[in-house]
Amino acid sequence: MTRRRVVDLTGARMDQGAALIVRHALADMGPGDEVRVVGDDASLVPTLRALARALGAPFTVEADGACVLGASTHPDGRRTGGMLVPTAPADHAHPRWGLAARGTLVEAGGPEFAFPLAEKRAVWTDELARLYAQAAAAQWDPATAIPWAEPRCDDDAVEAAVVQVMAYLVENETAALLVPARFCAQVHPHFREVLQLLAIQTADEARHIEVFTRRAGLEAPRGPGPAPMPPLSTVGGQTSLKSLVDEPDFALASFLLSVLGEGSFLSLLRFLDRYAPDAVTRAVARLAAQDEARHVAFGLAHLERQTALDPSLRPQLAAAVHARHDALAHTAGLNAEVFDALVLIAGHQPNRPAWDPVGIATGWNAVQELIAEMDAGRQVRLRRLGFSGAEAAALSALHTRNFM
Amino acid sequence: MRPFILGAVAYDPKVVTIWDGFKLYFEANGLSFDYVLFHNYERQVEAHFAGVIDVAWNSPLAWVQAQRIATRLGRRAQAVAMRDTDQDLTSVVLVRTEGPATIADLTGRRIGVGAMDSPQATLLPLLQLAERGLDVHPDHPNVVRHDVLVGKHGDHIGGEREAVRALLHGDVDAACIIDGNLAAFTQEGTVRAGALRVLATTPAYDHCNFTVLDGTATRPLTRFLALLHGMSWGEADTRRLMDLEGLKAWRPGRTTGYSALDRACTRFGTADAFVAQQVARG
Repeated sequence: MTRRRVVDLTGARMDQGAALIVRHALADMGPGDEVRVVGDDASLVPTLRALARALGAPFTVEADGACVLGASTHPDGRRTGGMLVPTAPADHAHPRWGLAARGTLVEAGGPEFAFPLAEKRAVWTDELARLYAQAAAAQWDPATAIPWAEPRCDDDAVEAAVVQVMAYLVENETAALLVPARFCAQVHPHFREVLQLLAIQTADEARHIEVFTRRAGLEAPRGPGPAPMPPLSTVGGQTSLKSLVDEPDFALASFLLSVLGEGSFLSLLRFLDRYAPDAVTRAVARLAAQDEARHVAFGLAHLERQTALDPSLRPQLAAAVHARHDALAHTAGLNAEVFDALVLIAGHQPNRPAWDPVGIATGWNAVQELIAEMDAGRQVRLRRLGFSGAEAAALSALHTRNFM
Repeated sequence: MRPFILGAVAYDPKVVTIWDGFKLYFEANGLSFDYVLFHNYERQVEAHFAGVIDVAWNSPLAWVQAQRIATRLGRRAQAVAMRDTDQDLTSVVLVRTEGPATIADLTGRRIGVGAMDSPQATLLPLLQLAERGLDVHPDHPNVVRHDVLVGKHGDHIGGEREAVRALLHGDVDAACIIDGNLAAFTQEGTVRAGALRVLATTPAYDHCNFTVLDGTATRPLTRFLALLHGMSWGEADTRRLMDLEGLKAWRPGRTTGYSALDRACTRFGTADAFVAQQVARG
């Protein structure tokens, strides 16, 4: 049985969207059904005539000026042959799903996107939603979270050590920004939680770069007088980071960066939070460490799942550590300037000169403890990925001396 | 053997995409097909009579031109297919809300139209006004033309948008556009709600058609038409092309929707010089 629906647009204006009401009335109409539209806007007829043409719907004007639109003869064209994107993450994301949200119908005939990371097993961990929510809730504002007005250390040597460490942190955090940013563009957006987490990780690193740069005063205008010696960016440091930036495999990059690199960095940031001579440095280190802990948790959860699904990944991870060690064997590792700076920072006692032997010995011991703590942390994480105690100890020992 | 050759006017860069797509579709379905793009409809009509092309994708004015030339030369032009969206269009004469209340009130006022050769934005609405007693024609001093891309017979939307802007700025007192652009200009924000009012609407008319002349090879033409009518908006591959051309289904050609334009051409002498020139060439 055909239906005839009446739409009264008296008082409604066609140039204020009244055609939407007609479209809505037509939406559930079947073949032979009609919508009769009456109204007092002079543009009613030409507007609805154009609408009917665009919809492929029959159109007539009755003697009293009412417009009669039939149901479109092509109502479901865009839904025919479409692909329904599953609401839960699929094992394989189809290139034609493209950027579509999960749970939507993708019109047939659209473009295919070449996202290299389209397998769930390569990117997924069940921890994603929790880690993302945690990250989103833990964002902090560099302008207000850091007590920027607090004084710096009045010992020039210790202050120079802090600046050197900040410069070193900036280049390491830049690598930590580039790696997730690159993979973010390679992950199929079907796995939106992975994208979101990598994006927020990237934003975390952007903030770290900002606060470390600002603490160092590297880009601040200088007053009169001789410029202090600029901090050094070494061949060994950059070569080590380049091997991270260049790593093309998501799992291996995640392993080297998050599990080994950022894991070690976590110890370093906590070290700075404990020993730094001023409140600003302690605050930037503490806040960055909070973020890095999440990055390590994601990397670890992702690789725990992957190694459980595919035990053959473990030898590949081990091989990556060996390869990186071999590639960096000819470099000097952690630059002496950073090592010395850490000793100076940890050994500094208020009202005692920076180069005081007692202070240096104290700092030296603290840095030795730091290195041991980093090693212990790496071994714990490696064991979580299924490496034996001996394997974990051997692999940890091969980790770059540049820490990251 | 020569392929079946279509002529079309390059009024927009997408025309290449459209006919490249149709070429792939036709050839995948066994019709040897090629196309030639023309800068303007006059060159296309001329080439059609010279045998350069087998079928012309003609504007309504190009159809009237072809039909008149064919009649004068003792030949026969036929409209063999058109889009569903080519049928039953109207044009509107817009005024500002507080503007003239009747067509007679337009006497002595400035009327903004599209390009001089646009059926929908110039010839048909001016005919409507002239037949309702107003002294207007495309060269009348009170008619303000927006000659965007003359030769493309108003296929380009620009002339109509300029006419509406002139109306909104107060440079003219009325503007003539096709019905579909009324909604489009409102939606895109060119026209704000409540600013303009429809003063008059033309009777329904038809727009483009595929035109063939007598002597066109029957077999490829039949295949061409069968493939056109076989396109379905429900199928992704053909829907892409149909969306680009702005239709949901092809219809058999009809010529009943060109009578008003034919009257406009007679009244305004629009096609006379071109038709005479082509007839003289034989």
